[in-house]
Amino acid sequence: MLGYLVRRLISAVLVLALVSIAVFALFTYGPRDPAESMCPESHCTAQRLESIRENLGLDRPFFTQYGEYMKGIVAGREINVGTKNPIECDVPCFGRSFKYGVNVWDYLKPRMPATFSVAIGGAVFFLVIGLSFGVFAARRRGTLADRGIVGVSLLINAIPYYLLALIAYLYLVSKFGLFPDSGYVPFTDNPGKWLYALLLPWLCLGLTYSTQYARFSRGSMIEALSDDYVRTARAKGLAQRTVVFRHALRVAIVPIVTIFGLDLATLLAGTIFTEQIFGVQGMGLANLQAINIGDLPIIEATVLIAAFFVVASNVIVDLLYSVLDPRVRLA
Amino acid sequence: MTSLSKTPDFSTASPSSGDEPFLVVDDLTVKFPTADGLVNAVTNLSYAVELGKTLGIVGESGSGKSVSSMAVLGLHDARTSRITGSIRVGGQEVVGLSEGRLQRLRGNEVAMIFQDALAALHPYYKVGGQLAEAYLAHHPKASKRDAHRRAVEMLDRVGIPQPDMRAKDYPHQFSGGMRQRVMIAMSLINDPKLLIADEPTTALDVTVQAQILDLLQDLQREFNSAIIMITHDLGVVAEMADDVMVMYGGRAVEQGPAKEILVRPEMPYTWGLLSSIPDVDADVDARLVPIPGNPPSLLNPPSGCAFHPRCPHVDKVPGNLCSTELPDLLPARSGPDHLKRCHLVDPSAVYQTEVLPEIAPDLVEEN
Amino acid sequence: MTPDPTTGSTAADFPADEESVQRASFANLVEHASTAVELDTSKRPVLEVEDLKMWFPVKSSGIVRRTIGHVQAVDGVSFELLEGQSLGLVGESGCGKSTTGRMVTRLYDPTSGSITFDGKVDLATLSQREMKPFRKDVQMIFQDPYSALNPRHTVGAIVGAPMRVHNTVPEKQILPRIKELLEVVGLNPEHYNRYPNEFSGGQRQRIGIARALALQPKVLVADEPVSALDVSIQAQVVNLLQDIQKEFGVAFLFIAHDLAIVHHFCPEVAVMYLGKIVEIGDRESIYRKPKHPYTQALLSAAPDVRQAVTGERRQRIQLEGDVPSPINPPSGCRFRTRCPFAKEICARVEPPLLQIGKRHKVACHFAGDLGNHPDHPITAGLLGVDETGAPDAGATPTDSLPGAGSSYGDTWFDLSTKTISHA
Repeated sequence: MLGYLVRRLISAVLVLALVSIAVFALFTYGPRDPAESMCPESHCTAQRLESIRENLGLDRPFFTQYGEYMKGIVAGREINVGTKNPIECDVPCFGRSFKYGVNVWDYLKPRMPATFSVAIGGAVFFLVIGLSFGVFAARRRGTLADRGIVGVSLLINAIPYYLLALIAYLYLVSKFGLFPDSGYVPFTDNPGKWLYALLLPWLCLGLTYSTQYARFSRGSMIEALSDDYVRTARAKGLAQRTVVFRHALRVAIVPIVTIFGLDLATLLAGTIFTEQIFGVQGMGLANLQAINIGDLPIIEATVLIAAFFVVASNVIVDLLYSVLDPRVRLA
Repeated sequence: MTSLSKTPDFSTASPSSGDEPFLVVDDLTVKFPTADGLVNAVTNLSYAVELGKTLGIVGESGSGKSVSSMAVLGLHDARTSRITGSIRVGGQEVVGLSEGRLQRLRGNEVAMIFQDALAALHPYYKVGGQLAEAYLAHHPKASKRDAHRRAVEMLDRVGIPQPDMRAKDYPHQFSGGMRQRVMIAMSLINDPKLLIADEPTTALDVTVQAQILDLLQDLQREFNSAIIMITHDLGVVAEMADDVMVMYGGRAVEQGPAKEILVRPEMPYTWGLLSSIPDVDADVDARLVPIPGNPPSLLNPPSGCAFHPRCPHVDKVPGNLCSTELPDLLPARSGPDHLKRCHLVDPSAVYQTEVLPEIAPDLVEEN
Repeated sequence: MTPDPTTGSTAADFPADEESVQRASFANLVEHASTAVELDTSKRPVLEVEDLKMWFPVKSSGIVRRTIGHVQAVDGVSFELLEGQSLGLVGESGCGKSTTGRMVTRLYDPTSGSITFDGKVDLATLSQREMKPFRKDVQMIFQDPYSALNPRHTVGAIVGAPMRVHNTVPEKQILPRIKELLEVVGLNPEHYNRYPNEFSGGQRQRIGIARALALQPKVLVADEPVSALDVSIQAQVVNLLQDIQKEFGVAFLFIAHDLAIVHHFCPEVAVMYLGKIVEIGDRESIYRKPKHPYTQALLSAAPDVRQAVTGERRQRIQLEGDVPSPINPPSGCRFRTRCPFAKEICARVEPPLLQIGKRHKVACHFAGDLGNHPDHPITAGLLGVDETGAPDAGATPTDSLPGAGSSYGDTWFDLSTKTISHA
């Protein structure tokens, strides 16, 4: 097990390194010239451009720049901005925002709790809603209730998420005022308001993603319920509830854990639509805004953070698999 | 005897008083409505098993052998099956019984073991835990420690070495034969009066199969349980069964004492089974005569006798009786215990003169 | 499509083949049914396998994956397969019989040993490219008819594929040949456009056989060809294989665990245990006069219908314990941990596969008839060791033991006289 863990971690680090090189290269050699972004439109001379380029160190070899960037992430670095003193950029240092003039990490860090709240809360909602309906439908396979659930989930799935969220906002917040307008209240400030403000985003996320989980868990449960060990459990005289939950669900849930891990990772990286529509100042929104104004360091940072979550969740899910399924021996 | 108005609690049900065998199946019919039509899985089945005896049910896929046994435990989904007839276990009627009462019966008075132990045991729970669960289901007042102790006791009883250590293992960590022993231990943990074994040794090596069959016979002698052995292997039947019931197309086509059926079979399907299964000791001049065609459709069974499309002896029956009229289950030449479902007038003569010389020339009786 | 356990419906509920429901009279059936195949030793060998080994590496689980051992799945088997004849390979799970079959067809690359085809070429050492023309000559039939056929290909595509791959038949003649093959295996030739799921298990197995026959092979390796089928269908397929053998002169390497079917189909049988052949010979020798304790135990364990008829119940030999791990097999004789006759020599010296009859070899220090095993090892003198297996300074080991190699010799070691004698 330990050997597997070490090998997995090494490969995870390698993947992240490759991703970071790709991201860095994309932005350094990409269509947008970083120097131009920093140079205000109105009085931008070729000279100023040149000096900015020099300050940012854009004329240095690629791997030197890359090396500096990576060093910043693991150990912090100092950034040269024009003639002033170099700015301290504490670990993890993702550079300095072009437009806002602050260290990227200092800009993103306060926005993380918001994204995490939305993501984790939404994930809990869609997992619980999806599983419940999926198991319910599987137990009543072929009946009207089952077909109803499948039909409704297909219907909801057909609606683009942003449309659903938008309609929810327009009616439930603007028109009927059932939910508060302001997007996010930090938990530390007021837990009650925190919950209340997030309820609608959670419901929207929950409902939309739950369709996938409902269908998937329904299929997984139907398969588990027709497996031999369930027949044995019934033949032993166990109560139906025990059979369904302790025996069938225990097996059906394992593949769901895999996709849940990956979905959660994607959400943690930034729930753009939700944040935009419900006005939550999260990482997703920050990313969106940065893209609009071409603030490359922020974009680079959010992409790397997203990659980190995805890779980490992959490793965790793999390890979790071996805990959930004793037949899986990680070698 | 037991009056049907009183429903006895199964944990204290008295064994058959001697009037009636422990299991009595009477005119059982099981149908499944499907999108393609009504599947007649089992039709008009009747048989009985006494304590201490073994009934072998022989048939191929689609014969209804497994379906009929699952009905004894009420394991069919009430929504997708239509069951009529009577199944009496220890005097108690099982058909139409509520799910709650059926749960008290299953794994308690009547237990079942299945073919593929690797699939039939839960892959994620330790073996000791699964056995303990079976015990606790019917002894709710027992402590976890008691249940675990009993589990280890049973593992020992079925011949698993180091039972206390192995109780902590998962099913996939056992070999095929050991796993099947685990299944047997789990089914016997509540001292059932009837054990239904559905092809328990089909997936096992022949030496392991021998061990398992010996084990079952030992346990039967010790606990005086009734055993139903469902199999397609006539050799297993010859070794273990006191009585045999041959099923085809959802009906019993021949039933009676095992020795009778194997030595003086009177139904062409049974002949077909005997002639298409070679034997290790067979004469080199014995022919392997297959049964032509395929098993019958249960959606649209053949008219008359279900076997007639494949029967090579139809020409011996006058007219087209075989294709128009279903033969009744009537006594054979040897006595009232041996029943067969066939229109042939003198089947034993046909068997002795035509069939036996081909499939076992060395066994032909000198007449 | 396996029968639905709840409803019992099978693929037979689909339109059945018209010709398979011929109403034959019993006399007709008997005419087409075969008796056991007889042995013809005049034929020359089409396959000579010598000392074939398959060792699978076992990797450690640390950070660096090193090979820490080997699964000795097959550890030096030698046999010959005569042209147009059949050799049965029997044994229980894990004995290596399937692996041997796969090595013969080069689905696995043998670790060492030779497979001489037609007395000319060693198939074991050929590269994949060099092997290609010989694939026509050695084909395989698999156990599970439900997974051996690609469900997305029509039957015609499945049966025709080998011909297209090897270019044995011009495109125009492929369809007539497909129809011909379907008829040979007893299926309706017009069904070449159907998909496998429209057929029953027995019919699918026939399709697999037709595919194997497409290239007119000289050798067919049948890996448990009937185990997954219903009993009544098994006999049909066995008869079909016998017909094919008679008509096309194909040699069969018949791998099975069912001793009874092997008894009927194979005039010669090899018994395997934990990667080795423990006894090999013609049907009469193996089934009526087995000399190896494992063969005797195996035969005694087979359930017996005749006992009900004759009333004589075979005495069952119980084997203790489980089969040892092939990663760390017992020293000397691999069967000794479960053998009732094992002595010290068995742990020290591996018994060679010794020829003890015209067509009978056995690997046991105490080989003998049931109930009549010798007290002293018969192999001691031949191997130059004493009774405990320690090297005996006085004795000289025989240079080449009778039975070494894949074939049988004119001289063998007679068990009753304990000397090497002539035919």
